[in-house]
Amino acid sequence: MQTKGWLERRMDRLVQRRLGRDIMQRFEALDLDDNEYGYDPFGCSKESLSYAAVIAGWLYRSYFRCEVHGCENVPARGRCLLVANHSGQLPFDALMTVMAIFLEPAQPRVVRSTLERFIPRVPFASYLLSRWGQIVGTPDNCLRLLEDEELVLVFPEGARGIAKPFSRRYQLTRFGRGFMRLALQTGAPVVPMAIIGAEEQAPAINAWPIARLLGAPSFPVVPYPPFFPVIPLPAKYRMYFGEPLTFTGDASDDNAVADNVAAVKQRIQSMIERGLEERRYVFW
Amino acid sequence: MSSGNGSAVEPAARLARSRVVITRANGHMARLVAERLGRLQQYHVVGIGAGRLPDPSAAMEYHQLDSPVDPVGAILRHRDVEAVIDLGAPEAPDRLGDDSRVHDALDTARLLDACVTHSVRKVIVLSSASVYGPRPENTQFLREDAPLRASPAYAWMRDTIDIDAAASSFMQTTTDIAVTILRPVHILGRLRSAASNYLRRPIIPTLLGFDPMMQVIHEQDVAEVIACALSRDTRGIYNVTGPGQIPLSVIIRELGRRRMPIPHLLAGPLWRLAVGRAGKADRSRAGDSMLEADFVRFVCMVDGSRARAELGFQPRFGLRESIRAVD
Repeated sequence: MQTKGWLERRMDRLVQRRLGRDIMQRFEALDLDDNEYGYDPFGCSKESLSYAAVIAGWLYRSYFRCEVHGCENVPARGRCLLVANHSGQLPFDALMTVMAIFLEPAQPRVVRSTLERFIPRVPFASYLLSRWGQIVGTPDNCLRLLEDEELVLVFPEGARGIAKPFSRRYQLTRFGRGFMRLALQTGAPVVPMAIIGAEEQAPAINAWPIARLLGAPSFPVVPYPPFFPVIPLPAKYRMYFGEPLTFTGDASDDNAVADNVAAVKQRIQSMIERGLEERRYVFW
Repeated sequence: MSSGNGSAVEPAARLARSRVVITRANGHMARLVAERLGRLQQYHVVGIGAGRLPDPSAAMEYHQLDSPVDPVGAILRHRDVEAVIDLGAPEAPDRLGDDSRVHDALDTARLLDACVTHSVRKVIVLSSASVYGPRPENTQFLREDAPLRASPAYAWMRDTIDIDAAASSFMQTTTDIAVTILRPVHILGRLRSAASNYLRRPIIPTLLGFDPMMQVIHEQDVAEVIACALSRDTRGIYNVTGPGQIPLSVIIRELGRRRMPIPHLLAGPLWRLAVGRAGKADRSRAGDSMLEADFVRFVCMVDGSRARAELGFQPRFGLRESIRAVD
């Protein structure tokens, strides 16, 4: 490869100094299937991750002040499906989960979260998210990663969950069934996860006339400038990882799949309720 | 029909070898395939093409076909042909009216019909993985059964899609002939493939905010996989991947070239303006479509594990060597 320019070398040093030795060691401990140029088959690179970790680490520690419970439930290696509730208009819950699994356990892992299929159309997000290990959420991509013994984060509520108005906070919307088919096909354990605090980062109502006009699934409006959720409020994040659940059965049996999905949803809902009971203040 | 003989093989030895017919034999890809098959010492390569053979030293017997009266049939009838290799359209035409476009008139469908009539045993068609089309919703690695969604708006793509479609439907209707369709990823090397033309520019236009992962393969590895397909008794569609996948920006950096990111909304008009100014003799028409047809915007990658397992193909060139082959 061509040697890096002066500016890039300087940036690298700056990033390394900002992150500190601990985190740089975590990057070295990351198990990534990368080639001689440092890219894995899905375009993830440790170097890009380290750049992102500067800002994401600050958000994790200082802005959302994340609190993690039960991260020993996430297996240190081997295939695993992480299933969580999705909320808060902006996908910071995914980012904070990625950081939690990178910073908290003894063995850091790359979390592969699934992206909506319009993301590759968005300039910069299209390639930056893939450099950070995120994947377009096709069943084939998830299957491939699970068979490569990776950790995949799924939000079965998808856009329904993240776009729901503040009045329905912490109420799970309909769960998709794709994740359960994946779990049955690959035998990957399902780790249920509850994220508390993301709902309060953007208390929004859905201005549905505008949404309908734009043809978008929702148009969130928040009661403070700039009235559209761009910058999240600094709510405190609390993340709970539940004990892994293993499912066996036929992935093409829709009734069994639906029952298993309901069980996981129930599990996450009860974890959310417990988390809400333990929480005394929203912002600290 | 004129017959030029560029082969140094003895007539007696020629009889013992099985005959293999290559189309588009005046192109660079055909030359590589002929060299590769020549090394195996068991094939006698007969090339047919529309223009003159640029390099008479190529290891094949060459027939220049200018007549429209079933010339392929004439060659297949008089000789006992073991296999026909249709090189499709890996090489993009330099400019409109180029001789290499004559292949479309003598198109793949007619070639395949002639193969039935003259009981050829095996047909190999070189298509391209580009026929799947770069799409935002593409899964990272497309398998052979994925739908073909490439845009037919560009001549080079249209040719490839037509050839692939003709070969696929032929494969479904015939049982006597073992049809193998190869869909290699972007071919890099001295040949004028769309990707190579694109990467040979001194300043490479890219799209601002897009840097998709890409798969590349060395041109000699494509000749290698054709040799694999010829020697194995297989049929079907095979994606052919090279040594791995890498972002476009890293390919450009490896080549030591500069890139010029253009906002994608302006890319089409700006680019056509620039190409228009460059004049009609510009040799990168297909290279332009790399930019215009979104190949440098969305992912269009394939899963080549089937070719590895069933054809026994392993790329011999690494990523670095494959990329450097462009120069």
